[in-house]
Amino acid sequence: MISQTVLVTGLLLMLVGVWGMLTQRNILRIVIGFALMGTGSHIVIVAVGYVAGGTAPIVDGPVTVANAAARAVDPVPSALAVTAIVIGLAVIAVMLAFAIRLYEAKKTLSIDAFADSKW
Amino acid sequence: MPRAAVIPLLVALGVVFGSVAINYSERTVLPPLAEAYVEMVPRELGAPNVITGILLNYRAFDTLGEVAVLFMVAAGVGLLLGGRAKTDDPDETQRTAAVPPSEIVRHGADILVPLVALFAAYIVVHGHLGPGGGFQGGAVAASCILLLVLAKPEYRVKFAQLSVMESLAGLLIVLLGVAGIVFAGGFLDNRILPLGEFGALFSAGAIPLLSVFLGAKVGCELSVIIGRFRA
Repeated sequence: MISQTVLVTGLLLMLVGVWGMLTQRNILRIVIGFALMGTGSHIVIVAVGYVAGGTAPIVDGPVTVANAAARAVDPVPSALAVTAIVIGLAVIAVMLAFAIRLYEAKKTLSIDAFADSKW
Repeated sequence: MPRAAVIPLLVALGVVFGSVAINYSERTVLPPLAEAYVEMVPRELGAPNVITGILLNYRAFDTLGEVAVLFMVAAGVGLLLGGRAKTDDPDETQRTAAVPPSEIVRHGADILVPLVALFAAYIVVHGHLGPGGGFQGGAVAASCILLLVLAKPEYRVKFAQLSVMESLAGLLIVLLGVAGIVFAGGFLDNRILPLGEFGALFSAGAIPLLSVFLGAKVGCELSVIIGRFRA
């Protein structure tokens, strides 16, 4: 149940992100839309790794080496989410660097000003 | 893209996501791969944190590639932002000088920077015992640099030293990986050092070492990215 709620939250965040990327005209807002979509997908990835009644896959306290397989949630989506977060950060850093250069070129952040190469 | 096309596209995407959400049912048992990881990491690698065990041993090559991506981004951001002339726009410099960081930010940074650095070190060295590890600790260390950049206008990120440290950390990670081929099961195998007592700080073979080098590399790369944005 709990993972279903988290999954729906993540999917809604992704939708908001896609909406923001498609409708906003300000480059920074487009980047924010992209970041929201990325965050939503991380939440979805972590949510699908949940096992009913499970806890973090760290052997400590109630989780012992012997009962780890019965108590832990799936560690693979969590490990993949770390990768996804780092790559998402990298993409956003490059996007923001481009935004700065575009602003320097036209002194505006509206994408309507950058229609030169439209075909 | 015309605006009218946005709404049908969003509705279609919503239908896809909705069907995913409706047909989703919570797992009650671990899938076989996850079960194997959860069983193997504490027994074979001696690391209580299964996720760190996966990231720094079974998928360590992938992690190395990821750090390479971060390096590439640091270089790319440097290419985009590094070569800009600093003084050709007087408006820009005046505006930065007109809004100095507030008293609270400046003195808060004095108190917080050492604590954040300590916390970063804690996260990095406890990566195999609890939540944390090289990436997370490196990101916290870079947030230290971000705080300095925000709070002290005179602070300059030292790109040359950071790149030396970053290359050194990268070299040491690869050397540890090659040592894994020679002395243990394969590239980046952590069992080149004794596994030690389960749950102790110095345990799980080479994982704490790898974690420290990874943390240094990620921290340097993120600091370089932050430094490029200040310009």
